[in-house]
Amino acid sequence: MKEALQQIRSEALTALAQAGDPQELETLRIRFLGKKGALTSQLARLGRLSPEERPVVGQLANAIRQEIDDLLKTRLTELQRAQLAERLLEETIDVTLPGQAPPLGRIHPMTRVLDEVKDIFLGMGFGVVEGPEVETTWHCFTALNTDEHHPARDRQDTFYIADDIVLRTQTSSVQIRHMLANRPPIRIISPGRVYRKDEVDATHSPMFHQIEGLVVDRGVTMGHLKHTLDTLMKAIYGAETRTRFRPHHFPYTEPSAEVDILCYMCHGAGCRVCKGEGWIELLGCGMVHPKVLSLCGIDPDVYSGFAFGIGLERITLGRFSIDDMRLLFENDMRFLAQF
Amino acid sequence: MKLSLEWLSEFVDTAVSPEKYAEAMTLSGSKVETVEALGSEIQNVVLGRVLSVSPHPDADRLSVCQVEVGRAAPVQIVTGASNVTPDALVPVALDGARLPGGKEIRTGALRGVTSEGMLCSLSELSLTVNDFPYAREDGIFLVEEPGTPGQDIRTVLGLTGHVVEFEITNNRPDCLSVIGLARESAATFDKPLTLPHPAVTGGGGDIEALLSVSVEDAALCPRYTARMVRGVKIGPSPRWLRERLRAAGVRPISNIVDITNYVMLEYGQPMHAFDYACLEAGRIVVRCARPGETLETLDGRARALEPSMLLIADADRPIGVAGVMGGANSEITEETRDIVFESANFNGPSVRRTALTLGMRTDASSRFEKGLDPTSTIPAVDRACELVERLGAGTVCDGRIDICGADTAPRTLPLDPDRINALLGTRLSADEIVSYLTRLGFSVRGKEVTVPSWRADVEGTADLAEEAARLYGYNIIESAPLPGGALGLLTEKQRGERLTRALCRAAGYSEILTYSFVSPSWLDKLAFPASDARRRCVRIENPLGEDTGVMRTTALSSMLDALGRNEAGRNKQVAFFELAHTYRPAGDALPEERPILTLGAYGDRDFFALKGAVETILDGLRVRDLSFTRVCEPSYHPGRCAEVRAGGVTLGVLGEVHPAVAEAFGLSQRTVAAELDFLTVLSARTHAETFAPLPRFPAVSRDLAVVCAAETPAAELAAVIRESVGGLLADCRVFDVYTGSQIPAGQKSVAFALTLRAGDRTLTDEEADALLRRALDALQAAFGVSLRA
Repeated sequence: MKEALQQIRSEALTALAQAGDPQELETLRIRFLGKKGALTSQLARLGRLSPEERPVVGQLANAIRQEIDDLLKTRLTELQRAQLAERLLEETIDVTLPGQAPPLGRIHPMTRVLDEVKDIFLGMGFGVVEGPEVETTWHCFTALNTDEHHPARDRQDTFYIADDIVLRTQTSSVQIRHMLANRPPIRIISPGRVYRKDEVDATHSPMFHQIEGLVVDRGVTMGHLKHTLDTLMKAIYGAETRTRFRPHHFPYTEPSAEVDILCYMCHGAGCRVCKGEGWIELLGCGMVHPKVLSLCGIDPDVYSGFAFGIGLERITLGRFSIDDMRLLFENDMRFLAQF
Repeated sequence: MKLSLEWLSEFVDTAVSPEKYAEAMTLSGSKVETVEALGSEIQNVVLGRVLSVSPHPDADRLSVCQVEVGRAAPVQIVTGASNVTPDALVPVALDGARLPGGKEIRTGALRGVTSEGMLCSLSELSLTVNDFPYAREDGIFLVEEPGTPGQDIRTVLGLTGHVVEFEITNNRPDCLSVIGLARESAATFDKPLTLPHPAVTGGGGDIEALLSVSVEDAALCPRYTARMVRGVKIGPSPRWLRERLRAAGVRPISNIVDITNYVMLEYGQPMHAFDYACLEAGRIVVRCARPGETLETLDGRARALEPSMLLIADADRPIGVAGVMGGANSEITEETRDIVFESANFNGPSVRRTALTLGMRTDASSRFEKGLDPTSTIPAVDRACELVERLGAGTVCDGRIDICGADTAPRTLPLDPDRINALLGTRLSADEIVSYLTRLGFSVRGKEVTVPSWRADVEGTADLAEEAARLYGYNIIESAPLPGGALGLLTEKQRGERLTRALCRAAGYSEILTYSFVSPSWLDKLAFPASDARRRCVRIENPLGEDTGVMRTTALSSMLDALGRNEAGRNKQVAFFELAHTYRPAGDALPEERPILTLGAYGDRDFFALKGAVETILDGLRVRDLSFTRVCEPSYHPGRCAEVRAGGVTLGVLGEVHPAVAEAFGLSQRTVAAELDFLTVLSARTHAETFAPLPRFPAVSRDLAVVCAAETPAAELAAVIRESVGGLLADCRVFDVYTGSQIPAGQKSVAFALTLRAGDRTLTDEEADALLRRALDALQAAFGVSLRA
């Protein structure tokens, strides 16, 4: 009987090794291990053996059953893997065919840059405030120490709605409103649309965007102003950016400055972008004029502050190397699709 | 302001290169625009002496010249000019020379005769007879300056040196002068400043005997100073004076006029010279214009004067517009014998208004309008008289007439180094601050600073801080971070804007930016009826043009305009959004500025695609409980326009644009658009976001198809289903609408997919069927529907 068992074993092992697919394995399992299978029928004859032989042969039979069962499982895994591999191979596709893209809109480059600037200032603890675009001359000029005779008020430069109402020429008017309504400490930026009577060309638009900043508190210095703008420039133009502060004049700040950055194209050698100067003029700033603080009910003997104004168009044009401002307002899909 | 460095060197020696000079001046507050090397456009042009002139063998109009140019052998040059004679000194452009305008000269042959260069005319060297009055406009420039053949022509003609052009800010009219910039230069480089002290000999008799001056309006003319010169010999100015004028960009004319220009450039004080013979009764009256008065100004144009304008007049007629331009009736001519120099101080805003009204901004008016130093009238007029004597141009009369109503007492300010340091963030000592101020012409005694007369812009400690800071160096001030602890947060509205833009983008709509002002004709294009409130616009009094004449009351027209331009540009399938303001008049108050979210598209997007986008955007903003009702809006398709509401609140409209309106904006394709009131959308956002447990029991699905009248809105059928089934209805959506065979005319079949679910058990088939019957019964009762067979 041992021989018969060994015979079954070797037949089973050979057959299993040769089986080509899982169905065949199942047939073999039934043939050898099924209720009427070869091994089962051998075991049924176990009772005929002597009590001494019975456990020995029984053990052998179980070992063989175990061995066949293990091999069945191993072979099944192997064959399933092979089958899967074959299917996957058949399913190969041309990955260079076009994708099925859901439609995706574009965000205007100005909004992108503005959001970036806002995030930089949010990180420095600034709030973002807004105010009216149609504004009184008091908020737009008088409160900013720009007297009645100042050329900025000329009808050839400013759009008038009435004698005392204009389209704001800068968003500093928002700072005035904010100072009148809030006590220091103040730390805000005010972005928005502004208007000046310029004909449309490659570098001018009658409507454009400004971001004004204002900080008022005890002990605010020009050193704070420099650090804030330096941080902004490095965040926008890269950590290597060099800034330069030049004395300038604005009615609403004293001392006043203009800020240049070392040209990002030529690094100071002089090129088309910086018009040969090596530096690019970017913004105006200064310490808030004591008269402006007083007019807003803030005591200049107790508080000081700084303010600055940046043109959003200038940053955007430079950022994407756009050479004509008109593109920003023409809304041509071929332009917008690039952002 | 153009500054010749040669002129500057008369007052201060900065001892640096022009480039270093420019950089240092820029950083101390006088911004340099350009540094120009005079004559840099002229290369390899030398002085030549003509040895011989002979006719060209082959051309009647050409001559062949042998010219000595400092070389061993003369050069041969063919010229077409007829004024060249032996021994004449001429500018010779040699082989390889460059002339202004980029013209290059090469050896060549003219009609078979070799020409080794070119003889130059004035204009070929970019000069005029004003620069060299003895020369002629046509023909070769016959040079009368001393020089030897072979010498660089630029040296011979004085076309050397550097000119620095400054951008001078409005608060510093004192820097619109050589002396003003010399002061800034001396302060910047900490070098001594040598100022001129005009000395006049006189001898022409007492001015008071010849001239009387009265100032009728002291507010508009705080100071009027005059001197006289007799026996004037009008002629060209000497070369040094012409060169300095030319370097400053001023055309030399004749000695007296040149002197007034020279003094204006040097002192920043505009001057004028009148022909004394033209002054009726030897009188000058400074007064405002009388109604109807006119004056022909020096530029030959007749000017209508207004009573607000300040004039210089004689006993009975105007002879000049104060601070702007003199009159032709008292102009200096060849025949002029006696002159009056005017050196006055006029009210800045008044001069500015007058110049603006007359449309003639001059060198003088642009200086006066900024407010000049009233103490400079005397030194300036004395300087002019000194120059007259130096040039031998006449005999100066003794004395001057000076009518001064100006407050010339110097301003004093307290010196507060602590405040200055606190503003700058520096630790400058009091001595350092005093030294910077002193360099700039301030005088300091103890704790008191005296502001120089030419610095009317310095009014307080903040101004003194700027003076100290710009000499200390803005770029040396240590930068310091703002103290921490401040919280930077966007407001709810600002976060809503960001999210909205992101959602529009995800829905396939691209952002545009359009002008806030529009053409009023666009209101017609939008087909707004006459009574439409949106026709009441905020109007711009002085627009750039009619096309940008009113502030928009809707952003739809801007959207359609942008879409129209894109269609014209052959862009396919365009979908845009804009989040921007509209402006509505609000009586006496400032206009109401309302942010509107506008969407627009043409191409593959129909009404339902737009509606889906609106739903997606609103869903992303957590605006719930949306309903859509068909409405009629003038700019939209009458059958394809809906109002969208959240709960009971109207958010806006959406629909297909009326084909006539679309066409008016150049759109030939079907176009859809939506206008949502953004603040209303934001206020409709749900903020309660509480978690609902996931369902524990499976749902049962049932379809219900009913036949109803064709005009019955599907949303109303769904509402009835929802109400009749109640809380067990988890979802109900339309999945098919059908008209055609098997459905009677005027009717349609609408099929709903219902999802039913109970929270506490699995619904049985019997329960589900009962619910479905309830829904059908309710639909039959409400709309008379029948179950579709």
